[in-house]
Amino acid sequence: MIRVLAPGALTTVQDGGRVGSRALGVGCAGALDPYAFAIANALVGNAADMPVLEITLAGPRLQFAHGARIALCGAQVAARIGATSIPGWRPVALPPGALLSIGACRDGARAYLAVAGGIRADAVLGSASTDLRGSFGGSAGRAIAAGDVLHAGDDTSIEDVHVARWWIDPSPEYERASVVIVRALAGRDATSPGDGLFQREWRVAAASDRQGLRLEGTPLRAADGRERISEPVAPGTVQLPPDGAPIVLLADAQTHGGYPRIGHAIRADWPRLAQLRPGDRLRFVPCSHEQAAQARREQMQRLARISLAIQARRSAP
Amino acid sequence: MTASRLPAAIETLGEDVLLLRLGDAIDAATNARVHAIARQIHAFRPPWLRDIVPAYASLALFIDLDAFPATADPLEAATHWLQQQSFDGDATGVQARLVEIPVLYGGIDGPDLEAVAAHAGLSPRDVIRRHAMGEYTVAMLGFAPGFPYLIGLDPALAMPRLETPRTRVAAGSVGIGGAQTGIYPKPGPGGWRVIGRTDAVLFDPQRACPCLLMPGDRVRFLPVGALP
Repeated sequence: MIRVLAPGALTTVQDGGRVGSRALGVGCAGALDPYAFAIANALVGNAADMPVLEITLAGPRLQFAHGARIALCGAQVAARIGATSIPGWRPVALPPGALLSIGACRDGARAYLAVAGGIRADAVLGSASTDLRGSFGGSAGRAIAAGDVLHAGDDTSIEDVHVARWWIDPSPEYERASVVIVRALAGRDATSPGDGLFQREWRVAAASDRQGLRLEGTPLRAADGRERISEPVAPGTVQLPPDGAPIVLLADAQTHGGYPRIGHAIRADWPRLAQLRPGDRLRFVPCSHEQAAQARREQMQRLARISLAIQARRSAP
Repeated sequence: MTASRLPAAIETLGEDVLLLRLGDAIDAATNARVHAIARQIHAFRPPWLRDIVPAYASLALFIDLDAFPATADPLEAATHWLQQQSFDGDATGVQARLVEIPVLYGGIDGPDLEAVAAHAGLSPRDVIRRHAMGEYTVAMLGFAPGFPYLIGLDPALAMPRLETPRTRVAAGSVGIGGAQTGIYPKPGPGGWRVIGRTDAVLFDPQRACPCLLMPGDRVRFLPVGALP
């Protein structure tokens, strides 16, 4: 049992996301950074898509009534239990009564707290993920709030805080560059100038959220000004509203949109997109379908290797 | 009944979505063909299909990339599959479900009824009559879970959206946005002209069928004097 003493800026229950409900106007939801999410689950021995807490920019304070095994992945956060600091990307055992304080995210926007056994939440439309716009899933269809009680696997055998001495190196998924590179497929609609999306440098606007990254920079125009009717859109779609500031749709993307679609961020780079903070700079580089598939395969292979290494570590005496 | 190849252009939307385009305008005939194709693809149930998302004149097929062997190009394989299927040319004739929605028009439930009437040069009573006389089709669900975009609005009632959207529209609000009408499933911001309200629950994720209205359904509005 986990009591929420303070919720953080926006902490939601997320799993691998909702599949098959977009025809109902229901978005996918799910962890914005699928890579950190999967590693966090692996570190506590969970199946790869178990529900976790997704922490945005500033973390919660949580009291664990019983012992628990946890892992924090994604953005670097200042987390501690009493005087013990809790580093990321490794398994940590908490004794009964532990008060876990997770501070601000540095070097990234989202951290994932996995607890062995998974955060318990009823599946709604096939997923435990919080749908913030539809107000369902997760913890009462909203971000966690002070006073909430969450349930996960308790482990009564733990008597003291234990931080593993080994950790997972998540590079190269998160490059620490001053301008982050995101690969994108060509979109359906042309811009003026034609290579504008790829030529310009963009800055992440403060109004960005789980639905989309709003970008700032020299405004782009669609090559033609005709009105478009609403069509399906998907996470990754780069839309161009009339103000000329592109929006990269993320996991909470709406199901349909009528703006020109000028590109599509590839899946392998969604972890990077998820970790961009307001003010961060990015550049898009063009990518083919073959390169996107290759990048996705390589990322899945890295993930599989990491999961095997974690399993080997966890089963070692 | 004639069978033919897929009567749509096939585009891609990212790495795992095919977009089938039948046109680029909002009209009832094109939308009926969208729903007919969606029904047929749904009936075939190819194992790699994760979701079919209809829109006005297009539909998206979300593909499970991991359902194909590593050596295959999933988008190409799915495209090939689509091109091999026969689509009934006449499937638009399938009789869609008719759903009736009780609506309390005007007053605090329909704060824009007078404005719509003035814009149309009609009396509020005539706006209600014309709105309730129409038979609509759910072109698609979008914007929010369970929000139906209905086509079939009497052109006289068409009116542009509010310049500045309301910050809060009540659940069940029936609105007019351009040439369409729709119903807000839950309270929230909205820019459509609200002419009435229903107590029908448009979306409840706990129900076996979460959405009261599904794409392709026919809809009629029944004016009522009061909502229970």
